[in-house]
Amino acid sequence: MSRLAVPKTYKLYIGGAFPRSESGRTYEVVAADGRFLANAAKASRKDARDAVVAARGAVAGWAGATAYNRGQVLYRIAEVLEGRRAQFAAEIEEVEGVSRAVAAAQVDEAIDRWVWYAGWADKFAQVAGNANPVAGPYFNISVPEPSGVIAVIAPQDSSLVGFVSALAPALVAGNSVVIVASERFPLSSISLAEVLATSDVPKGVVNVLTGSPAEIAPWLASHADVNAIDLVGAGGLDWVSLEIDAADTLKRVLRPENGPDAAAPALGRITAFTETKTVWHTKSLR
Amino acid sequence: MSFLDYAPAPESRAILSLRDSYGLFIDGEFVDGRGTPFQTISPSSEERIAMIANANEADIDDAVAAARRAYDRVWSKMSGRDRGKYLFRIARLVQERARELAVAESLDNGKPIKESRDVDVPLVAAWFFYYAGWADKLDHAGLGADPRSLGVAAQVIPWNFPLLMLAWKIAPALAAGNTVVLKPAETTPLTALIFAEILQQADLPAGVVNIVTGAGDTGAALVAHEGVDKVAFTGSTAVGRAIAKQIAGTDKRATLELGGKAANIVFDDAPIDQAIEGIVNGIFFNQGHVCCAGSRLLVQENIHDEVVERLKTRLSTLRLGDPLDKNTDIGAINSREQLDRIRALSDAGVEEGAERWSVPCEIPENGFWYAPTIFTNVQTSSRIAREEIFGPVLSVLTFRTPQEAIAKANNTPYGLSAGIWTDKGSRILAVADQLRAGVIWANTFNRFDPSSPFGGYKESGYGREGGRHGLAAYLSPAPIGRSAAQVTAGRSGAQRRIEGADASAEASASKPKPRARRAGAAKKGAAK
Amino acid sequence: MNESQVTPMSAPVNPGTALVTARERALAVLGGEPDDQTLGRYLHGIPGVDAVGLEQRAAALGTRSIKTTSKRWALDKIISLIDLTTLEGADTPGKVRSLVAKAMNPDPADPTVPRVAAVCVYGDMVPFAIEALGAAHGDPDDGLISVAAVATAFPSGRSSLEIKLADTAEAVAAGADEIDMVIDRGAFLAGRYGEVFDQIAAVKEACRRPDGTSASLKVILETGELVTYDNVRRASWLAILAGGDFIKTSTGKVAPAATLPVTLLMLEVVRDWHRLTGHRVGVKPAGGIRSSKDAIKYLVTVAETVGEEWLVPHLFRFGASSLLNDVLLQRQKMTSGHYSGADYVTID
Repeated sequence: MSRLAVPKTYKLYIGGAFPRSESGRTYEVVAADGRFLANAAKASRKDARDAVVAARGAVAGWAGATAYNRGQVLYRIAEVLEGRRAQFAAEIEEVEGVSRAVAAAQVDEAIDRWVWYAGWADKFAQVAGNANPVAGPYFNISVPEPSGVIAVIAPQDSSLVGFVSALAPALVAGNSVVIVASERFPLSSISLAEVLATSDVPKGVVNVLTGSPAEIAPWLASHADVNAIDLVGAGGLDWVSLEIDAADTLKRVLRPENGPDAAAPALGRITAFTETKTVWHTKSLR
Repeated sequence: MSFLDYAPAPESRAILSLRDSYGLFIDGEFVDGRGTPFQTISPSSEERIAMIANANEADIDDAVAAARRAYDRVWSKMSGRDRGKYLFRIARLVQERARELAVAESLDNGKPIKESRDVDVPLVAAWFFYYAGWADKLDHAGLGADPRSLGVAAQVIPWNFPLLMLAWKIAPALAAGNTVVLKPAETTPLTALIFAEILQQADLPAGVVNIVTGAGDTGAALVAHEGVDKVAFTGSTAVGRAIAKQIAGTDKRATLELGGKAANIVFDDAPIDQAIEGIVNGIFFNQGHVCCAGSRLLVQENIHDEVVERLKTRLSTLRLGDPLDKNTDIGAINSREQLDRIRALSDAGVEEGAERWSVPCEIPENGFWYAPTIFTNVQTSSRIAREEIFGPVLSVLTFRTPQEAIAKANNTPYGLSAGIWTDKGSRILAVADQLRAGVIWANTFNRFDPSSPFGGYKESGYGREGGRHGLAAYLSPAPIGRSAAQVTAGRSGAQRRIEGADASAEASASKPKPRARRAGAAKKGAAK
Repeated sequence: MNESQVTPMSAPVNPGTALVTARERALAVLGGEPDDQTLGRYLHGIPGVDAVGLEQRAAALGTRSIKTTSKRWALDKIISLIDLTTLEGADTPGKVRSLVAKAMNPDPADPTVPRVAAVCVYGDMVPFAIEALGAAHGDPDDGLISVAAVATAFPSGRSSLEIKLADTAEAVAAGADEIDMVIDRGAFLAGRYGEVFDQIAAVKEACRRPDGTSASLKVILETGELVTYDNVRRASWLAILAGGDFIKTSTGKVAPAATLPVTLLMLEVVRDWHRLTGHRVGVKPAGGIRSSKDAIKYLVTVAETVGEEWLVPHLFRFGASSLLNDVLLQRQKMTSGHYSGADYVTID
């Protein structure tokens, strides 16, 4: 009873839509055994530009949502992902050449990380902010606020958990993200984009680019409308040059991390993409 | 006679006992510099105050080596309690010598004595008091138990608040257990050198704080020195950008406090007399040599004319003149170079069609002076509305709605500070939420406190100074993480470059930081 | 509005015009009858006061440093602006005569000391004050000494309007040049602004003399009971709208009495009123100003807020008793070069 499969076209995810690269380019994604799996879109600098525009447009709404709401949306991602565990496990099994159990464990870990970060949405500000006892008649409080548009070079040696580990914390505070997927394992990223598109994540909050990080990253690092760049997956690139490019507009920069623990869950990953804002106001009974 | 022509009330210079020349303060002693000495002058008279040593690269090597030795042998091993006691001592000594420091600051910088006496120096003491108490409480700094100091901090400070910026840098660094090499600005080294004498009086162990004087190349050599673990810089965005590029790829952490072009937003229901004072304080405090100065006045269009008229009336009571006169409101511009820059930008404003109004006042014959100036009819595209003038020059723009005010306020690559003036509480909070700036003053302006974090968004730099956040800029989490099962283990790379983030890394776990380079630096230091 | 409508205290004005112009002025500014609604809308439309900023501004003015010649000038100026006051239940003709003697000749050892502006007493003491003053009684702008009487059920103001008016008329009839009335703070705090306005206007009317001239009216806000700066600002506007020639902080019977921030705030109102109408109103901080150092801060505040032209007896006064001796001590120190002592100035 064999049935002829209907393969999926893997495209980019920009501004809530799934466009092909404006350049028309694709590249072959192959299985661990070298078998052809799909033609992924090979994003161009213009796609990166469009993604930044979409991300910038989404910041106000996402940052302006209540923390409770952001937490629910992030949790919703976990819920939807949970419902599609089998699909993701199969995809990972094929592309990474691991056992189904190992692939499934990766999916489970990704889901759990969404849940962990979802729970932080309405708490990190309480931990990272504080009231300041200034010596004067002032109310004074410091709160972490989202940095704005975050560019992320996702970990390159993982299909899903690396991608999620880099993406989720950047979203918690209300930033929007342009994330460049693993070049070798891009399929789960685009499948995850389908999850995001159906999980109440406002369009433009997450934008996923597939293709060559070496080609796209410099454009993101130098883009003046990007506030921070997470080079966690850029260890194989000339990341020092990227950091130098980023310095032109004083971007916040996170360094590459290697190995299976790259982008491990940490509150610091949330606060890294925040700015501490301190507000003073006079106080008096008179 | 006019009562307002208060007789001159100069603060006595007799309290100062300045040396004719000052060396570099390295390893607890004043030593000669190897570069060509330069003189520091009083910007209000252009008179020579003293000769100042000029540190070259070899001197920087010595200073960093001294700081490294002090770190390795003394300071990193000392209990937090004892470090705190040294900081308390310093705070008290600053208080004891407050008047002397204030006079020296006004002499060297040109700022009015009432500001150095009532603002700068008291805050210096407060800063040391605040961080002194942190030294033995670092477990509560927000980085989890047993956070670690970073090592040797290279600190480069500007000329606008010479001693205060020194305090902002040194106090948290020492509290956290770091040692310091600090370079004061070329035009304002004096109080840092008096401060070095205070450190001797406090019997601070040699090498814990080293002060190297010189110009921009001295600072660049310090920042670039491979024995440095942390860079803290306050100054222009251009230099901050260069530093960020220079240290890219290294393990140096950075705090950068850079430029600003703050919007001071005045709504039509503002407490008007206090708003006028706030505008004046916002831009004319310290001759406008303030990175967080409210240099863009955004006034609601329906009260524009009234505000400008009241402002002009108020400005006419400002007294410009001798910085050491207790009645002086506006002192001298710090240097000829800065005066030229203010003039050039101001002229550009006129060329772009803005209307310039300056307080009619007598300008002293010698020294560098610029009368308080307001530009009206300024367009958002004008250079004087976009570039940091760093002088007593206010650009007045208008808005019609809160949304427009926010959009205009945020329409700048900078994001250091902003002001909001309105009687309506809900509007204050909502506007404060949406302003992209690190410090928001509502119905006040230019307030500073050691417990209150200060620092910018965007091109105004990164990291915070002041408060718990400022302490975290000189710490990293303990090298051995918590149980890997608790939070999937991983080193907190997220904290790596982003100082502000460090404040709250309790839940993160860390791997040991590579020590190889640091060991190499120590060797280098030891070889000297 | 223009300068011709200014009604300087004690200066003869065209019979009957003072009140008319005050009312007309109020109507023009308010745009309607001075009832609770119209006044409420107007007073609550005035920009608010940020207390912290106001107090900081006052503190900054207080740091102005006065030296040598300016200080000598300031000390004499303070004396010439003092309403030397005794407002005790125990006041007697003898006490008032002693006060007047001090007012006329503050420092017996130094004839260059100027006279104070006025003596301020309860209404029933007015005849004794006038008698004691003799030829020295007159307009302080001419170097003479006025007699001010507190009236309108001072200090609480808790009595009927009839009694307040009778209290006022009696003092004026006895020869008082100035009436220091209290507003009905209860009515003000309850929002009955029309009532407060009408009482001030009625007292102003009661200040008229048969010859058509009028005693000058100082309106005491009792800022210590109004508590908030917003209230002080509104009450200041209200008192000026209703025709007060002076606005005065306090009775001296309620703490806090005059403070520098409150006085600064009232000066700002006076400045804004002048800007609006061209009409100059005086300000009198009263109570709690005891040292020369403090008084100089007030002079600085006046000069920098409304200008030095306000430092004349018909536009600025200190309501004080012990201040005078401190000024004299300072003055003696400046003259002799050494510090003086309490036994070298007279008690009154």
